[in-house]
Amino acid sequence: MAKYNQHLLVCGGTGCRASHSDAIVESLNRALVERNLDGEVKVVMTGCFGFCEKGPIVKVLPDNTFYTQVTPADCDEIVAEHIYKGRKVNRLLYTNPENQEHVSDSKHMGFYRKQIRIALRNCGFIDPENIDEYIARDGYAALGKVLSSTPEQVISDLIKSGLRGRGGGGFPTGLKWQITSKVKADQKYVVCNADEGDPGAFMDRSILEGDPHSVIEAMAINGYCTSASKGLIYIRAEYPLAIARLKVALRQAREYGLLGENILGSDFSFDIEMRYGAGAFVCGEETALIHSMEGHRGEPTFKPPFPSESGYLGKPTNVNNVETYANIPVIILKGPEWFASIGSEKSKGTKVFALAGKINNVGLIEVPMGTTLREVIYEIGGGIKDGKQFKAVQTGGPSGGCLTMKHLDTPIDYDNLIAVGSMMGSGGMIVMDEDDCMVAIAKFYLEFTVEESCGKCSPCRIGNKRLHEILTKITKGEGTMEDLDNLRNLGQVIKDTALCGLGQTSPNPVLSTLDNFWDEYLEHVTEKKCRAGVCKSMLRYVIEPDACVGCTACARNCPVNAISGERKKAHEINQDICIKCGACVEKCKFNAIFVR
Amino acid sequence: MTKIKSLADLRKIKDDVQEKIRLRENADQPEKLVQIKVGMATSGIASGAKEVMNFLIEELEKRNVDAVVTQTGDMGYCFAEPTIEVILPGQEPVVFGNVNVKRADEIIEKYIKNGELVDGIIPRNYETIDNK
Repeated sequence: MAKYNQHLLVCGGTGCRASHSDAIVESLNRALVERNLDGEVKVVMTGCFGFCEKGPIVKVLPDNTFYTQVTPADCDEIVAEHIYKGRKVNRLLYTNPENQEHVSDSKHMGFYRKQIRIALRNCGFIDPENIDEYIARDGYAALGKVLSSTPEQVISDLIKSGLRGRGGGGFPTGLKWQITSKVKADQKYVVCNADEGDPGAFMDRSILEGDPHSVIEAMAINGYCTSASKGLIYIRAEYPLAIARLKVALRQAREYGLLGENILGSDFSFDIEMRYGAGAFVCGEETALIHSMEGHRGEPTFKPPFPSESGYLGKPTNVNNVETYANIPVIILKGPEWFASIGSEKSKGTKVFALAGKINNVGLIEVPMGTTLREVIYEIGGGIKDGKQFKAVQTGGPSGGCLTMKHLDTPIDYDNLIAVGSMMGSGGMIVMDEDDCMVAIAKFYLEFTVEESCGKCSPCRIGNKRLHEILTKITKGEGTMEDLDNLRNLGQVIKDTALCGLGQTSPNPVLSTLDNFWDEYLEHVTEKKCRAGVCKSMLRYVIEPDACVGCTACARNCPVNAISGERKKAHEINQDICIKCGACVEKCKFNAIFVR
Repeated sequence: MTKIKSLADLRKIKDDVQEKIRLRENADQPEKLVQIKVGMATSGIASGAKEVMNFLIEELEKRNVDAVVTQTGDMGYCFAEPTIEVILPGQEPVVFGNVNVKRADEIIEKYIKNGELVDGIIPRNYETIDNK
């Protein structure tokens, strides 16, 4: 076997592949062959490194050099300089935004320093399409250990570890398994919920793309513990790469006999099938998901009965989220005490977050529970883009809420986030700055829920529509104080009466912004003013007559001919015609046009 | 592909394939291992640094020393190429000059394995920003 002195890891996540990481692998290989280095250096396409902001990423090992925003054209230089002569290519290194110094390796990057990677342990480390690399990282050893133990023992360990569902609700995973295991039935199912639908969230996708075997192994463990012989992965069809990698992984696991009859010589048999969703948000709710898998409309039903008692095809079904599963093999190998030692009092372990919005380091991170929002946003996320002022962070997707400056030192865990009016959700975290209007943000989330509501129960179907109408009215500058009261009352009613989790949490973005940004709502209603300048109906573009020289540039560029005036004399904007596109401001060389 | 029929089979496969990713696992915790940097500038390569580097990688593995061997640019000791820098876990770096295969062998046996200093040490006249 050839002995490789160096490994070049290239990110093969969806984001980096969109920026041609396939071509980077090819170019690197070609450059290595040209210099006769192909026997010494191995190029590996891995899962997501998490630092999506600066992708595509190429990491050189063993010296941990972290190259960012690499293009296929840079590959020759990397090989010629770094691989051959040992000189790092400075221009491709990550630059610390604070002091503009190049950071030589990933160990010294603020982004990674505070992270603990459990669910993402293999993402950006192994080749997800090679089962051997997973096995080399103790893969399937947890399954082996479990098969020589009793289901009761494993479940009790899982309860001891304190692992809670990572899909949003935070239900104790061990307890769920226990309930399913105690129900008697001729057939049971375990289901992996990979229907990740929050705007801006890509945790589950990255795990499936970067480490599919960890989920497969955990599902088999789940099957053994609940005596289910069949597993199903419900994944949305919009995740083609994750689906492709899962298929490869399932095939490899079957070839090795790690799925199928009599796994590892035991009398336990288990196999997994895939089911594709069409991308409806409500199908992330477990009863709706089960209906969708059965071929029915993706509509939730009332619980109880819980799926643990009567789920897929009326049989007991254990549904867990992707990230929850990814934690399980490690817990079994390292023990529940180890896992319980990480995190906060009631939330153990780590959580993966997808950082998005107005933040410097957009990407995927994994931090211990109990890390504060400030640490995540400023130390890992690198602060707000363009040095702007932080305004809010939205957690928990459309079901969560917006938190402000005063919540920055809240340690993140399930209970703390609920206490401050938001929720953990699946882990989306969207950061907003001074240029974001909170009323418009609430409206955005409502648009999403109105679109995604399945329509089965009236509070969600009709109530959210009304909420959205009131918000639209306010952003148009036509809101009244009564509207604000109605928003709060209606929101509360929907929360109390909707059928499923989606409906019950859908008013959260409105209620939390009402609580935390009351001033902004008031301004919209009483002063007809949007301080962020987002709600266009409230803006007025005005020409300052003293500054205007009458060059006519604005009038010529106005798409609706709203500007009039004689040459060399001050111009004027007709507010009735103006569509507030801002083209005139860009064209004015004399800074004579203002937004009021 | 042969089926894995028992936990023992699985462990055997693990041992076989672990070699493929050992380099990556070691790179994850270099501070706990022996780290060696080989000067691979033009003068280094011309005096045989490549050969020394390959020797180090192969021999350290044969002799069961977990080490991270990387190349680096010109260290500035052109009079004493090939030059290597060795960092034992928790210790200050030591630079050795004029390292050929024979001296590399000596460095492994005496310094790396037993911590005995050998001839040819160059006083270090630089600091790296790596550890800041």
